[in-house]
Amino acid sequence: MANVFTNIGDWVTERAPNMMPAYRKHMTEYYAPKNFNLWYYFGSLALLVLVNQIVTGIFLTMNYNPSAAGAFDSVQYIMRDVEWGWLIRYMHSTGASLFFVVVFLHMFRGMMYGSYKKPRELVWLLGMLIFLVLMAEAFMGYVLPWGNMSFWGAKVIVSLFGTIPVIGGQLVEWIMGDFLPADATLNRFFALHVIALPIVLLLLVVLHIAALHEVGSNNPDGVEIKKGPKGNRWDALKPADGIPFHPYYTVKDLVGVGFFLLIAAFIIFFAPTFGGWFLEHDNSIMANNLVTPAEIKPVWYFTPFYAIVRMIPSFAGTAVWGVLAMFGAIAVLFLLPWFDRGKVKSIRHRGTGYKVALGLFVLSFFGLGAVGAGITAEVIPEWFGDVDLTTYENAFGRLMTLIYFGFFAFLWAYTHFGWEKTKPVPERVTTHD
Amino acid sequence: MTKRQLLMKRYIFPVALAFGLIVGSASAQAAEEGGLLPAGTNVQDQASLQRGAKLFFNYCVGCHSLKYMRYSRIASDLGLSEQEVMQNLNFTGARFDDPVVSHMPADSATKWFGKAPPDLSLEVSAKTADWVYTYLNTFYLDPHSPIGWNNTTLPNAAMPFPLWELQGLQTAEMKPAKPGEDPAVEKLVLSQPGKLTPAQYQQATRDLTSFLEYASEPVALERHHYGIWVLLFLAFFTLLAAMLKKEYWKDVH
Repeated sequence: MANVFTNIGDWVTERAPNMMPAYRKHMTEYYAPKNFNLWYYFGSLALLVLVNQIVTGIFLTMNYNPSAAGAFDSVQYIMRDVEWGWLIRYMHSTGASLFFVVVFLHMFRGMMYGSYKKPRELVWLLGMLIFLVLMAEAFMGYVLPWGNMSFWGAKVIVSLFGTIPVIGGQLVEWIMGDFLPADATLNRFFALHVIALPIVLLLLVVLHIAALHEVGSNNPDGVEIKKGPKGNRWDALKPADGIPFHPYYTVKDLVGVGFFLLIAAFIIFFAPTFGGWFLEHDNSIMANNLVTPAEIKPVWYFTPFYAIVRMIPSFAGTAVWGVLAMFGAIAVLFLLPWFDRGKVKSIRHRGTGYKVALGLFVLSFFGLGAVGAGITAEVIPEWFGDVDLTTYENAFGRLMTLIYFGFFAFLWAYTHFGWEKTKPVPERVTTHD
Repeated sequence: MTKRQLLMKRYIFPVALAFGLIVGSASAQAAEEGGLLPAGTNVQDQASLQRGAKLFFNYCVGCHSLKYMRYSRIASDLGLSEQEVMQNLNFTGARFDDPVVSHMPADSATKWFGKAPPDLSLEVSAKTADWVYTYLNTFYLDPHSPIGWNNTTLPNAAMPFPLWELQGLQTAEMKPAKPGEDPAVEKLVLSQPGKLTPAQYQQATRDLTSFLEYASEPVALERHHYGIWVLLFLAFFTLLAAMLKKEYWKDVH
């Protein structure tokens, strides 16, 4: 048996001499720092969820009917008549939400340990592109079940482009292919959701990992292991603090996969709607352009960005500022490596100002989410009684928006003018022997 | 653990966690509001589902469909035979594998009620079980309403109250109206008892809500059973993975 494998291996190597070296470069001879902690699980988990979305998506496509007349019924057909259709759909819908959970945590890890900093700016930029495409992918996927929130969500989000002066109106019509979200909209969103965007996503993921493997992984200490001492058990020329990705991190990530799947399975089998957060009540009503849901709000993972649109008032006769601010909220993340001029990477060695600012940034993200999800609208009357809701909500939401953008402004000033008092960075990772 | 890591754990995590908890409990608190009664349904209670189905097919199906629900699926999920379902629940002459479709013509219904009665297959998914249960308990006689009935959960509902003979007749006691506003309902009182006592009626509407909850998501009956085995397998898998990791990593210092 072993002979057969060796022969196949030789046969392939003869014809494609670079295949085995590529495997070694990215797996068995990719030396990752040995001190990864809990925060380093989320990259591989994001990859796992991506595979889950693609595989379950393929099976959903087999039974889904991409038409305004048939889409909603076909989802119920999948839930009731297709063998295991309910499981496939819940895996896909839960996967969508958990995708954003792991991606948010993965991004936060990058911020905390300075993984976006030189020489990893390209890794960060490609990652941000993935995030952007993922948001488009999720938005279009959300429209496909053709529930009433799909319809109104699509209408509101596409209408954002209508705020662009001069061309806005025509642009909205061009995106939807109609005056309202309709058959044409659903068909093109389906095509983009199942073909175009997944291909782009996969390509970007390959580039993200390829770019990472060129420079090597960062770690919780923010130490460049490539600049440290050389020589480990496997290779005299490789970093002393590096261990081969395979098998060390493949088996370690397997543990993370186990825990993650436990959580995912619990949701899928015991709380698939997650209390109306993953699958919303209003989406159990078919799309209806005559009946507006009581409150139009996006799924939870878009709420912080949606809140920013709502919090920016229109002036000079146009509402485009809110939309610009929303895209700006993502654009500033793209530019994070250039806002932050700090010399040390990891939060472990950064100044107190940075730690406080990052904490406030996280706070503002949750706060904006609460505004976007309509939590503040319910809680303010509860806590403050009979007050003017809009005034209170705007005050809170605008403060949160200010903190969100303020983080980047502060970070630039803090590091540019040398106000940050950093701690000394050790030569090697803290856990070396 | 280094001092820096300790600092991290001591400040940033608790702050983020506390904030998350505040937001979470606030949203949970908000969800409890809205004045809905707790439905107390249990879709695992097959007898309750059977009683609810009986009520649905006696009082509701005349106007409301369950177009995503087949008679045959109801039979197998509720432990009923084909004969029982076809004789006791199917009054429209539909075949056993057909979906539950009301025979009321949509255009006449629109003429009679102002709008066609909605399909109820996904009513609980769309509104929650508490909403449906509360709705069924808050009809009252309203001389100002064109149909003679009104509902505090869905004011000016187009639906007459078919369960009145079970619950009896409720009337509203109004709050003193503020100037320039319509008077609001203070509370509902049972002015004429029905065939059922209030406790029996609450149980009956709980059964009916359970049945509609089941109809919203039939797989809710079985997904828990699979879920337990999947979780047990994954726990075992995770344990093995953790042991494997420990074995591989014992030489990493």
